[in-house]
Amino acid sequence: MIRFQNVYKRYASGRDALSNLSLHITPGEMVFLTGHSGAGKSTLLKLIAMIERPTRGQMIIRGQNVTRIRRKKVPHYRRSIGMVFQDHKLLFDRSIYDNVALPLVIAGLPDREIGKRVRAALDQVALLGREKRSPIELSSGEQQRIGIARAVVSKPPVLIADEPTGNLDPELSLEIMRLFKRFNAVGVTVVIASHDLGLVEQMGHRVIRLSGGQLAGAERPDGSNAR
Amino acid sequence: MAATPGSAKKRIPLTQQARAYFLRHAQTMVGALGRLSGQPVANVMTVAVIGIALALPIGLHLLVENGRELSGNWESVVDVSVYLHEVADAARIETIAGELLDWPEVSAVRIIYAEEALGEFAELSGFGQALDALENNPLPDTLVVTPADNFTDAETLAGLGEALAAIPEAEMVQVDTDWVKRFNAILQLIRRTVGLTAFLLALAVTLIVGNTIRLDIENRRGEIEVTKLVGGSDAFVRRPFLYGGLWYGLGGGIVALVLTELSLLLLRGPVARLAGLYGSGFELRGLGPGGIAVLIVGSGLLGWAGSWVATSRHLRDIEPT
Ligand SMILES: Nc1ncnc2c1ncn2[C@@H]1O[C@H](COP(=O)(O)OP(=O)(O)O)[C@@H](O)[C@H]1O
Ligand SMILES: [Mg+2]
Repeated sequence: MIRFQNVYKRYASGRDALSNLSLHITPGEMVFLTGHSGAGKSTLLKLIAMIERPTRGQMIIRGQNVTRIRRKKVPHYRRSIGMVFQDHKLLFDRSIYDNVALPLVIAGLPDREIGKRVRAALDQVALLGREKRSPIELSSGEQQRIGIARAVVSKPPVLIADEPTGNLDPELSLEIMRLFKRFNAVGVTVVIASHDLGLVEQMGHRVIRLSGGQLAGAERPDGSNAR
Repeated sequence: MAATPGSAKKRIPLTQQARAYFLRHAQTMVGALGRLSGQPVANVMTVAVIGIALALPIGLHLLVENGRELSGNWESVVDVSVYLHEVADAARIETIAGELLDWPEVSAVRIIYAEEALGEFAELSGFGQALDALENNPLPDTLVVTPADNFTDAETLAGLGEALAAIPEAEMVQVDTDWVKRFNAILQLIRRTVGLTAFLLALAVTLIVGNTIRLDIENRRGEIEVTKLVGGSDAFVRRPFLYGGLWYGLGGGIVALVLTELSLLLLRGPVARLAGLYGSGFELRGLGPGGIAVLIVGSGLLGWAGSWVATSRHLRDIEPT
């Protein structure tokens, strides 16, 4: 599903955020990326999201080599990847409904279809009935659920999340993680970056540990090495 | 859990997708207007500036068109005078006149016999007695040739003059093409000036719209980034701004139309009175339905163009980080 082969990422500043990184995430898998701050977790997710381009190496995502995908093709590519961010990236001048509907509007779906899917997505994050409100009225945890609803509303096969629980207390964090688990249970490939090791270990999924932009060890919860 | 991975567009018929596409355009268009109404003061000012900029060349254009109307067919009042040799007798003169009428470039020929001319001159000048003292009539017989309507430009007139001079009985031909040339030159100059003004002001309008849209893009940076993050194409991100530009242009066009019509309303009375004093029924003419259509469509296109330039230059730079 997601395959990195000897990927390097050097920022314009000259900083090597990732070096010689190879990994494989299989379809339907749920994976956690951990590592200290600056280890390259966000960079890895940004490469998957095509927000950044790799400096060297190959990226094969859903069977397609996207390493040098043309700029024009990026929007269409991104529609197959649901993204969740630590700061939610919601639009506060729009209603909750419009926030969640955005990917479907972009995809060109008819209004009636959008309505159905937005309500279904909001139902999944337990926020149905608040569509007309502004996200600004919601708590941080609820805003994150709106962000998740937007990420899954178009049913992308891949869901990536960068520190989705970064601003939340442990209880809310667990709730959000369970939500991701439920999406994974219906076949969505999920990749979550988090530095909250305790929480990550609690979830019982493969953990990819990064350190200084390199693989520090990828282990199954039982401790056996996956690669 | 209803979520299963797959494309968002699956299972939706093409006709419904097309319908959704046009509906979405209409929504974006109305949405852009709604957004503009969110900042009424600033946007009314922008639209007013565009309107005034557009009204100026339109006013000049109407001035020229009305001037042309007023001068009517000035060009056709040009006559060519052919002064004949003394030897030509009345019968011969009439024959020549008849032949000239067959020329395609001639619409009328009037004969002024020397005696008539002298009598007229004596009467008009008051030199009657002095002229009586003359032994011979110093004035020649004259043919006054009026060119046909479509042969009145300076070059054709000059050609006609040469042709007339080639008649054996002709002593001298006088074509006064200078003032026709001057009149045409002045008209040309005014038209060119109007065209140039129109061009510059159209440029100004695209710049005004472009700058307004540029600021709008700057203000909506976050929204643009998020839209691109969730898969919005360049065209999708651009669309609301293009419609915004279209509205600015259309609004400016309507303001320009109102300004022009109001000015005409104010000028119509005095112009009619002045024309009345000259015994003319001249009336100021407005843009007419065709002109109004051109103005509205043209201003909308200018707004669109301004926005097109601004979005081409600035939207690309905004990428999610
Ligand atoms: N846009 C950028 N420009 C330059 N350096 C960057 C940029 N983004 C991240 N970095 C650097 O790359 C390294 C990895 O960063 P990041 O991927 O954000 O790590 P993490 O998410 O694991 O904290 C860090 O040293 C960071 O300073
Ligand atoms: Mg990070």
